[in-house]
Amino acid sequence: MSPHASNLGIEMVNLLGAFLLLLAFAMLAARRTLSLIRFFAMQGFFLSASIFIVAFLSGETNLYYSALFTFALKVILLPYILKELTLRLDIQRDIETLVNVPVTMILGIGIVVFSFSLAAPISEAASTVTRSLIGVGLACVLLSFLAMITRKKAMTQIIGFLAMENGLLFSATNATYGMPMVVELGIALDVLIGSIIFGIFFFQIRETFESLDLKFFEKLKEE
Amino acid sequence: MIPILFRSLGELFQALLVIFAAPLFLGWINTWRAWLGNRKAAGVLQPYRDLVKLMNKEAVLAYGASPLFRLAPYVVFGSMGLAAGLVPTVSTDLPFGPAADAIALVGIFALARVFMALGAMDIGTPFGDIGARREMMIAFLAEPATMMVLFTASLISHSTSLSTIAETLGTHHFTLYPSLVFATTSFFLIILAENARIPIDNPGTHLELTMIHEAMLLEYSGRHLALMEWGSAVKLLVYFSIGISFFIPWGITPVLSKEEVLKAFVLLFLKLALLGPLLAVLESLLAKLRLFRAPEFLAAAYLLAVIAFLSHFILEV
Repeated sequence: MSPHASNLGIEMVNLLGAFLLLLAFAMLAARRTLSLIRFFAMQGFFLSASIFIVAFLSGETNLYYSALFTFALKVILLPYILKELTLRLDIQRDIETLVNVPVTMILGIGIVVFSFSLAAPISEAASTVTRSLIGVGLACVLLSFLAMITRKKAMTQIIGFLAMENGLLFSATNATYGMPMVVELGIALDVLIGSIIFGIFFFQIRETFESLDLKFFEKLKEE
Repeated sequence: MIPILFRSLGELFQALLVIFAAPLFLGWINTWRAWLGNRKAAGVLQPYRDLVKLMNKEAVLAYGASPLFRLAPYVVFGSMGLAAGLVPTVSTDLPFGPAADAIALVGIFALARVFMALGAMDIGTPFGDIGARREMMIAFLAEPATMMVLFTASLISHSTSLSTIAETLGTHHFTLYPSLVFATTSFFLIILAENARIPIDNPGTHLELTMIHEAMLLEYSGRHLALMEWGSAVKLLVYFSIGISFFIPWGITPVLSKEEVLKAFVLLFLKLALLGPLLAVLESLLAKLRLFRAPEFLAAAYLLAVIAFLSHFILEV
């Protein structure tokens, strides 16, 4: 491979990483469940594209499968399941947030700064071509975490959880050229099964409490 | 070595070009907005006709207007004209460029804004007052974002001088800068907010309680109004020129030769001809935001600018 092509490849991965981060912020700001799911699917798409390019740059065949798998799972299957769930539960209305959006965004900037500075020494130790992106992956994980804790409804929390896994996979790809295939398959299967179980849970929760708001969980104890 | 006089004339010509082409650019955008709204356009020259008409009308002053009110239009138009001369549109060879860098440019815009707001408050009508307050609210949210975008571009080119930035980004070999992608998006949001375009303010109405920019101009008439309107048109074009010189600077020439200048001129014309409809499409697609959602819009712009700034350090060093 010519050095110029590999340079362009690294730049592309950097750009995709930046988009991943941007989408993490978009998810923080999203007000509707369906647009949240759309952002999640887009994030999955950029993630699989970046894994594909890293696979091309490093020549690891495992990563091609990983990219394909991510695409099938995160861009097609999971968004489809989530969309069906949202429509069936009829929860596409405005998402309620605990903290208002601008404040969440400012918190998000703080998180990005924190994770970039945290990841700097780790990047020094890694030997991959795209090691500077570890910070971006870490920031994505923490931002999804923030999206989870600032939302009230179970549906948005599960999307935050799934997006967290996106960030994790991105960090893993860029730090060590991906986890071993067995581990990755295991995680992917867990996520898939998890989302199906959550789907069933949602119906149960709603039947019991007539809402998906998790604050009702606190009243479970008998008094 | 080209004599300094010739180069100064070049800069003067450039400023005059921006000032006199500004109504044309506005007319071009309005034409597209009319077409997209399924209306018949008034023609690209309509803003010129409006300006001529206003220039010939008598300027009426409200009872109790102070000299500040009369001074404001001249200060606004003067600062916009000055800004037009500082931004590299055709050539980066600006002999007066070192006098004011990107940060001073933001200051010049702020000066114009303060005078516009003071002029609006001077008469004491509630509309002018409300417009001025809203304008200042938008401005104080947009300014930090503008600064961050400028800093990002300065970090890449190691200079805050507009000419150097345009030259560095325009001449070196092509690289994908993630930070510039963010900065461009952010700057586009800032252009919309600063120039009273649609998600923040509606430039086509005087009849809404939610108006911002138009509310400040309600008391002006005749040549004063003409200068204010013309100043706003110049401001729009200057903002677009800043965007072009930072993010799509190819064609802006560092040397003042005949062919190069001609090429730069044609490219600038093409870029503006394409950007105008883009703005019109965006404005036709979006609805005006509630005023209380404006901080959210500008927080997004600031956020994008900060990510641009940070991603320069993490991804590009």
